[in-house]
Amino acid sequence: MDELRKSVLGLLKEDARYSAKQIAVMLGKTESEIAEAIGYLEETGVIVKYTAVINGDKTGEDYVDALIEVKVTPQPRSGFDAIAEEINRFDEVKAVYLMSGTYDLTVMLESKTIRDISLFVSERLSTIDCVVGTATHFIMKKYKDGGVVLESEEGKNRMAVHA
Amino acid sequence: MDYKRFVNDRAASLKPSGIRRFFDLVSEKKGAISLGVGEPDFATPYVGRDRAVKYINKGFTQYTPNGGYPELRELISAYYSRRYGLVYDPKTEILVTVGASEAIDLALRAVVSYGDEVLLPDPSYVSYLPCVTMSGAVPVTVPCSEKNGFRLTAKALEEKITAGTKVLILPYPNNPTGGILERADLEAIAKVCIERDILVISDEIYSELTYTESGHVSIASIPGMRERTVVINGFSKAFAMTGWRLGYLLCPPELLSPMYKIHQYTIMCAPTASQHAAIGVLRQSLEDDFASVKEMRSQYDMRRRYLVNEFNEMGLHCFEPEGAFYVFPSVEGTGMDGEAFAETLLEQKNGAVVPGSAFGEGGKYFVRVSYAYSMKNLQKAVGLIREFLSERE
Repeated sequence: MDELRKSVLGLLKEDARYSAKQIAVMLGKTESEIAEAIGYLEETGVIVKYTAVINGDKTGEDYVDALIEVKVTPQPRSGFDAIAEEINRFDEVKAVYLMSGTYDLTVMLESKTIRDISLFVSERLSTIDCVVGTATHFIMKKYKDGGVVLESEEGKNRMAVHA
Repeated sequence: MDYKRFVNDRAASLKPSGIRRFFDLVSEKKGAISLGVGEPDFATPYVGRDRAVKYINKGFTQYTPNGGYPELRELISAYYSRRYGLVYDPKTEILVTVGASEAIDLALRAVVSYGDEVLLPDPSYVSYLPCVTMSGAVPVTVPCSEKNGFRLTAKALEEKITAGTKVLILPYPNNPTGGILERADLEAIAKVCIERDILVISDEIYSELTYTESGHVSIASIPGMRERTVVINGFSKAFAMTGWRLGYLLCPPELLSPMYKIHQYTIMCAPTASQHAAIGVLRQSLEDDFASVKEMRSQYDMRRRYLVNEFNEMGLHCFEPEGAFYVFPSVEGTGMDGEAFAETLLEQKNGAVVPGSAFGEGGKYFVRVSYAYSMKNLQKAVGLIREFLSERE
């Protein structure tokens, strides 16, 4: 990827709400150069979506996140892809990864209650033909998410002014 | 009891730091959004922190050699040669100090005699003038103006030289203005210094934070200047190591030896753990071609462009600084001087910037704004200043 697109991507990963104008100022480029770079990144699917990192503890809503290890029997011809596609379909599934190591797929799940997750595993996931085993881990506390330390100590030990 | 008898008259004559006074005001306010600090918001590279802890745990808690660990001096030598094309002998031309601050004091005390005149640009960092005074010399300020990008010009310099002038303090990239000197500027200054037989104390603590293509140039690398320059630098800004208190001096042996003596008798040696950290950081930087420094510089550079643009847009004229991590906008258009601006902003919006007058008379109508903060913090502060200005209209 060219240097400008890389820099633009770096800034948008940091803060997706930077405008093309702001990025142009920060990188010493023209606004149209930046708009073009962003357009390219969006059209080619490098940037898939702009979203927010949320600290669930502060929303005042109940939520449960889980990580599920899934063991599957690979299918003739389609391998793992067809199974992953089947799991992708569920809205509460936020991420599906093929893993190296002792199991095959990681499924990240966002739900309201533990019961929802239990139902998902027992009735939806484990009933898929080639799924041969699952292990569900509930996330108890998030310290860092989306590259951000959620309860940051940043700056707390710094004096406001000195010398 | 009359304590006046026991307070040294030079110490008594020192004015309290303008930043300090402002700090007292800020600390009374809770939750102020500050753009006041002069230290990086990054943490020291992990390799340095880790190495210091390991060596502390191994029991390396004694003094080091007076001049600093030989290995550290060798790395500093390699560093200056690689980055600025200057070669100093680790054994006889390098001294590791307690921050660049000790180096400034040491260089002055070793060089000047009572009544000598020492030139320094105005505005510049708050500690030069008191250090000159304490050394027994007479500080003489050379005005630098915004229209020249706060550069020290050979012409302004010459106007202040007398028969008693011995030293020029040359602090570039400059705190508080962010101004830098390029090769041509340095050549003109060098010519004057050679003709008038003046020694230069070149404080290059912000050298790594230079945002031009060509980067920092040390005056010691101008022909004829190495022999009459004391280079001061340190780890605080380049490697985000302010709290470790570690700096160094580079100069010919004839000048280093009196400094070494004073250092030996007053300080003994720079902190041991800090030297171990610095060895780790420098070694890695020389190996990975300064990756962490480059990353910091590019972050600072973006914030710098952002702030310059914002201040100019909101009508506070701000020249584009090419070094350090400060912008120095003029607040003259608001009808306030820097001090009134900073105090009112603090009072009304709980935002802190430092009045330019803390750095000399030339800073009277300016404020110093540090961008050693996250973009999030800078955006918040810019929002406050915008509100502050629009409410005054």
